[in-house]
Amino acid sequence: MSESAPIVVVGAGQAGQQLCDSLRRGGYEGRLVLVGDEPVLPYQRPPLSKKFLTGALEAERLLLRPESFYEKANVELRIARRVTAIDRAARTLTLNDGEVLAWSGLALTTGTRIRPLSVPGAAEADVHYVRSLADGEALKARLATAERLAVIGGGFIGLEVAAIARELGKQVVVIEAAERLMARAVAPRVSAFYAELHRAHGVEVLLGTGIEAIRGADGRHVVLTTDGREHAVDLIVAGIGVVPNSELAEAAGLACHNGIVVDVHARTSDPAIVAAGDCTWHMNGFLERDIRLESVQNAVDQAKTAAASLLGRDEPYRQVPWFWSDQYDVKLQIAGIGMPHDEAVLRGDPASRQFSVYYFRAGALVGVDSMNRPAEHMAARKLLGQGIALSPAQAADPAVDLMQIARG
Amino acid sequence: MPKVTYRLADGSEKSIDVPVGWSLMEAAVQNNIDGIVAECGGGCACATCHVYVVGGPELAPIGSMEGDMLECTAAERQPNSRLSCQIKMSAELDGLVVQIPDRQT
Repeated sequence: MSESAPIVVVGAGQAGQQLCDSLRRGGYEGRLVLVGDEPVLPYQRPPLSKKFLTGALEAERLLLRPESFYEKANVELRIARRVTAIDRAARTLTLNDGEVLAWSGLALTTGTRIRPLSVPGAAEADVHYVRSLADGEALKARLATAERLAVIGGGFIGLEVAAIARELGKQVVVIEAAERLMARAVAPRVSAFYAELHRAHGVEVLLGTGIEAIRGADGRHVVLTTDGREHAVDLIVAGIGVVPNSELAEAAGLACHNGIVVDVHARTSDPAIVAAGDCTWHMNGFLERDIRLESVQNAVDQAKTAAASLLGRDEPYRQVPWFWSDQYDVKLQIAGIGMPHDEAVLRGDPASRQFSVYYFRAGALVGVDSMNRPAEHMAARKLLGQGIALSPAQAADPAVDLMQIARG
Repeated sequence: MPKVTYRLADGSEKSIDVPVGWSLMEAAVQNNIDGIVAECGGGCACATCHVYVVGGPELAPIGSMEGDMLECTAAERQPNSRLSCQIKMSAELDGLVVQIPDRQT
């Protein structure tokens, strides 16, 4: 293909926006095209299950960058359009409106989509999810008039929605199939803290409870749970996970396995094509294993690596993973990946709502969950990132100054 | 609308009309002001929207979460350090001047 063919970024989320930014900052002066299937410029998703639902944050304030950013950076936007096929041999791709674009480099930042509820009646029912701005707008509108809602799934998204709904004065039941909340992400001790936090705020939290069926439609629903109970609600919100959008990559013959497979340089099995963000099954240089991560941090940092690779530079992806979740007045911040672990050490008193849990595997610190302890979170990121040793005894001892250890 | 002046790391200055209720971070991002990274989008979770307050009216005191996060900024914390996501614009803050540090990560 000719030298004038653009770099095309497919997927206009956090990773796609970052890629465009990093390519320009990295000195790329050629044509740059950003394709996104939503009818809006790239925006922040995290507030959609948080502050956005209260109406305190207008949609325009969610934009990652204003429209003028794309003009100044000379990014050609193909918004509200979808790539239908990639031809790797010809180095072209086709959009759903028939446009064919040649590319000299290609970045896939296609993200994930919600996993729909598959129980009987779910398809007919008015079940809300939180992924896109449109989802957020629809849920915000329904929340305004709803009185009683069922949240299906006790992960980050469901619990954040539950907390906001309680703040808006709604009755809330959270139904979680596992025996504890956020079971994939945190230790039992943290799960127990959050179950208690939600109950203290008046949420009914059902654990180890599945959904048999959903009856009804149009805001009048009955949720049948596996414990034989029936929950009459006027709003159902499900947060039961996401699936990576890897079909386009698969159809193009790229290796995929729980996402688009990339190496530590964010390169797919075709070295001319990179991928970044939620959609990748990637070699994580920090964790030294393959993983898929759904987070802002992963989108931003992996996109920087991907941009570097497209520019022929070597910037392997090895940043410490971090996440956060806001529920009521408790900020959960996670550094590293604490699961699995063989030792979990408590620092601080959960009753004070300010504490951390330090996770160790084979004696080494692998992750830290902090509740309203932002300084410890930041210290943890330094400890993990710089490989500074910390013993379980030091973590448990309130007299040990972790910030000082982190400063080295 | 109240005005805020941002001094950039390269020495240039930009004065911006900031809607009441917006944070200084949001106004910077929506006006393409370089040097405010704000990875967490205003959640007081990342410490990448650090600024030094160098002029204008006095601000409300630093909250405990913000104070903790300021311990972890990439550029050195000074007595006038703030996280711009935690400064909400009001009419009283008209004329505020902030300096953006040379790095956020």
